[in-house]
Amino acid sequence: MSTVLILTDFSGDKASKTTAELATAAARIGSVTAVVLAGNGKGAALAATVNQGPIAHIIVIESDDFAQHGVAASADALANLVKEKSPAAVLIASHAFGKEVAARVAVLTESGIITDAVDVAADCTATQSVFGGSTTVHSKVSHGVPIITVRPNSVEADFTASTPAIDNASAAISADAKKSTVSSSQPPVKGGRPELTEANIVVSGGRGTDGNFSAIEAFADSLGAAVGASRAATDAGWYPHSHQVGQTGKSVSPQLYVACGISGAIQHRAGMQTSKTIVVVNKDPEAPLFDIADFGVVGDLFNVLPQATKDVLARQN
Amino acid sequence: MKIAVCVKQVPDSWAEKKMVNGVLDRESVDAVLNDLDEYAVEEALRIAEAHGGNEEGAPNTVTVISMGPDRATEAVRKALSMGANDAILVSDSELAGSDALATSSVLAKVIADGGYDIVICGTESTDARMSVVPAMISARLGWAQLTFASKVTVDPAGKVSITRVTEAGVDEISAAFPVVISVVEKINEPRYPSFKGIMAAKKKVIDQKDLASVGVAVQSAWSQVNDATPRPARAAGIKVTDEGSGGDSLVNFLAEKKLI
Repeated sequence: MSTVLILTDFSGDKASKTTAELATAAARIGSVTAVVLAGNGKGAALAATVNQGPIAHIIVIESDDFAQHGVAASADALANLVKEKSPAAVLIASHAFGKEVAARVAVLTESGIITDAVDVAADCTATQSVFGGSTTVHSKVSHGVPIITVRPNSVEADFTASTPAIDNASAAISADAKKSTVSSSQPPVKGGRPELTEANIVVSGGRGTDGNFSAIEAFADSLGAAVGASRAATDAGWYPHSHQVGQTGKSVSPQLYVACGISGAIQHRAGMQTSKTIVVVNKDPEAPLFDIADFGVVGDLFNVLPQATKDVLARQN
Repeated sequence: MKIAVCVKQVPDSWAEKKMVNGVLDRESVDAVLNDLDEYAVEEALRIAEAHGGNEEGAPNTVTVISMGPDRATEAVRKALSMGANDAILVSDSELAGSDALATSSVLAKVIADGGYDIVICGTESTDARMSVVPAMISARLGWAQLTFASKVTVDPAGKVSITRVTEAGVDEISAAFPVVISVVEKINEPRYPSFKGIMAAKKKVIDQKDLASVGVAVQSAWSQVNDATPRPARAAGIKVTDEGSGGDSLVNFLAEKKLI
């Protein structure tokens, strides 16, 4: 059976849910080998957390160059492994780091690349949702090893426990990949809330919040949801840019997206219209986002949300 | 310093886009300078201005590099009207439908021949949204990659430091010239071209080249679209007006859908 490589995605010191999603998609194509890139001496502990999803093997590559030289060093190590193993495909998480690693691996291995797949079939055909979700595309790499980045939260993960065999490989990193040096790294500031692109539920606020996100956050917390914001809200400084959903922000496709006080410019829709269920709360009955809402409430979010928050909490008790 | 800015002409992000025969139909929509590239042009100009400017006789030049059809000259002119010195536009019928790998190989060749110290790109184009070309150019040239920058500091003696901001956190990264930078939109506020700038841009040189004169051969795209189907329009669902129980009906809907 052919081998498929996935680049293990970590959230802190643990394999993320995205890793299980990558493994689930990869297992349709072949036997899954998860590549763990770790600092010196850290590989075994990280590999021990890679235990969910259909993963047959783990290859640990240890080097302090990954932390010191970032994307280019990681890509070099992965590209060398791709050349050595000639896998049927390589699947990588579709975030900034993953896409850049994929880009370099594609160049280094002379392979075609597809980014932002929302699904991958057994024959490596990737499904993408393009032009702000308005068009569904099926495409296939026709040269080299298909390098495919998969959008977090798109593939339903098989969380079956696995006990993969662990091997080690050495890191061969070129001088070119060491030309930039990372002097400090801060993890993202974490609230108690899930990561926006990985959350099952996202509650977003826009201009209608008038700068007050308390009702949005309270409702999000009652649902265990991530908080998003429209560009209008982030540009006004009401909420951090890292929470912006839309064409120039993040693309999310959660099970449930609740848009509050967001009129729904096409740029915002581009970042959320592949959500499974969309709920809209807006004072303006003409807000364009109502046109794509599964459920809409015409009303003031400062009345609707506190009531809904109370209801959700009551149901939980 | 010799600074290059890579820009792309894209369909207006407000326009409705569709696929024809597996590629984006670019003919039927308005084309504009990719929004996110304006930040790259602005940053290049600011770097030049902070270190002696880019007027005639000044120590810096800002060159716009683009690849696209003949009409991409409009997007290139926009960048020139903001204040860039000159431009190189690679147009060739063989490039129609090319992928990011081909694009990056053409841009890398032009950059390598130009002997630049700094190359600046936007993080992504608003049409393809791949965010891969800057990393590919860096890999092809063997130059340092300084991408997703929210802040760029240049020491004209030959060093660049950036603050990289992604969902993985905030990194401080530095490298010696030559470097490939991509900038995120929060880095600056792009200037509007002044009337003087627009008039001056009409006289600036756009060096239009085909693949033969660039001296690079491109392969056909290494990925193919099998089919593209417009997503069925999302039908509007239930809409209620809040008369005191809007929150209750919202939560009832979520419960019915088993979302809570």
